[in-house]
Amino acid sequence: MSDAAFPFAVRASAHETSSRAPLFPLRAADVRLTLGGTAAIDGLNLTLSGDGITTVIGPNGAGKSLLLKMLHGLIRPDTGEVTWGGAPAESVTQRQALVFQTPVLLRRSVAANLDFVLKNRGGDPARRDALLTHVGLAHKARQPARRLSGGEAQRLALARALATDPEVLFLDEPTASLDPASTLAIEEIVRESRDAGMRIVFVTHDIGQARRLADEVVFLHQGRVLEQTQADAFFDGPATDAARAFISGRIVV
Amino acid sequence: MQNMTEATWLALQLVLSGDADLLEIVALSLQVSLSATFLACLIGLPLGALVAISRFPGRGAVLVVMNALMGLPPVVVGLIVYLHLSRSGPLGFLGLLYTPTAMIIAQTILIAPIVAALSRQVLEDMHSEYAEQFRSLCLGRWQAMQALIWDARYALLTVGLAGFGRAVAEVGAVIIVGGNIDHLTRVMTTAIALETSKGALSLALALGIVLLVIALGVNAAVQGVRMSAARHAYV
Repeated sequence: MSDAAFPFAVRASAHETSSRAPLFPLRAADVRLTLGGTAAIDGLNLTLSGDGITTVIGPNGAGKSLLLKMLHGLIRPDTGEVTWGGAPAESVTQRQALVFQTPVLLRRSVAANLDFVLKNRGGDPARRDALLTHVGLAHKARQPARRLSGGEAQRLALARALATDPEVLFLDEPTASLDPASTLAIEEIVRESRDAGMRIVFVTHDIGQARRLADEVVFLHQGRVLEQTQADAFFDGPATDAARAFISGRIVV
Repeated sequence: MQNMTEATWLALQLVLSGDADLLEIVALSLQVSLSATFLACLIGLPLGALVAISRFPGRGAVLVVMNALMGLPPVVVGLIVYLHLSRSGPLGFLGLLYTPTAMIIAQTILIAPIVAALSRQVLEDMHSEYAEQFRSLCLGRWQAMQALIWDARYALLTVGLAGFGRAVAEVGAVIIVGGNIDHLTRVMTTAIALETSKGALSLALALGIVLLVIALGVNAAVQGVRMSAARHAYV
């Protein structure tokens, strides 16, 4: 997005050097979540290690967003457990950040939205301008956040997430309603974050986007992980009929 | 008894000439009601915010009580405050009865529930939008309350205005605890009641005109602020 140096102190080997307990591996074990009498997540098992970008793909209703919120500790499963390095998901939420599909921006200026997070999460207030430059919003710092376009709003949400200096960044279809230019801008920031050492878990149902971004793919279908493999292997030869149908654009229900 | 036309003309003369008695009464009214509004907001806004973001057993009952208290009869509030501040009451030693302070206390009790109940509704609606984001950011309850109150500031201005409107227009509480003493506790509403009973309609009407102008002016100011905020997408 910009030539500015990455605007926060991502630890190159964060998971090894941090004095805090390691976050990885992430394990979701036999997780089940029922919504309105229907199993939205149904006996899901997943293990993630600590590097790169994992894209979680699958058709609408597969449970992608719910899975993300469970991993982030916002939702507790009915049964099963989600642990990060052995610790419950809720106990490490503050070491992660989540960018929602629809950004919820405060009714303040663009700059004040970042100031709010930096202040409440103990961040360095001086980082605000660097973050805004990083996401290409420095020239809009004084504008009301809710006047931003969809792409700008999502970039601000991303900057806000980065302001928390997360070790893991979750993104829930952040480009679902954006034009191609805005989508590419978001993807570039995500890649830069990955290159700076941040672990990325990116939910999308856009196959092209998954191809562009993913180091690893998790294919979700009807609340279960059907495939988890390296991106090249997945796109070259998916192992399940559902994944093949999804990639080829045929309807999967 | 003055006729209506004559009374209105005299009232306008009083208003336009800046009659000293009139100004004194208006000033005390504003002092009492603005102070009460300020105190009610100090109490009611955090209370409304706390209830808005909290889930606890019996919350429904709390909401019913909060809403019911919006309809507190002023004379009942005045009576309760009177009983507490009278010489034989538990707070009689403070010597506050028949002072502007007593009137501020009574009006604060009267409008704090209004501010709390209305702000709870405003903040709860906003919290439903912000809650997941706040949880993701690991904000504490106090941080969330502060953020909600600040972001809802323009809507809460209207809540404060509703409280002020109730305070400046009520007569029952302030006449009981203030006593309508000339140059000490006489405010617009108590003066209107007194002058009307005496048949001196000109001062009563003049005060009525001022009361209406204040109500219109405050409403216009808040509306202007809200429109400005809406233009900047802050509401």
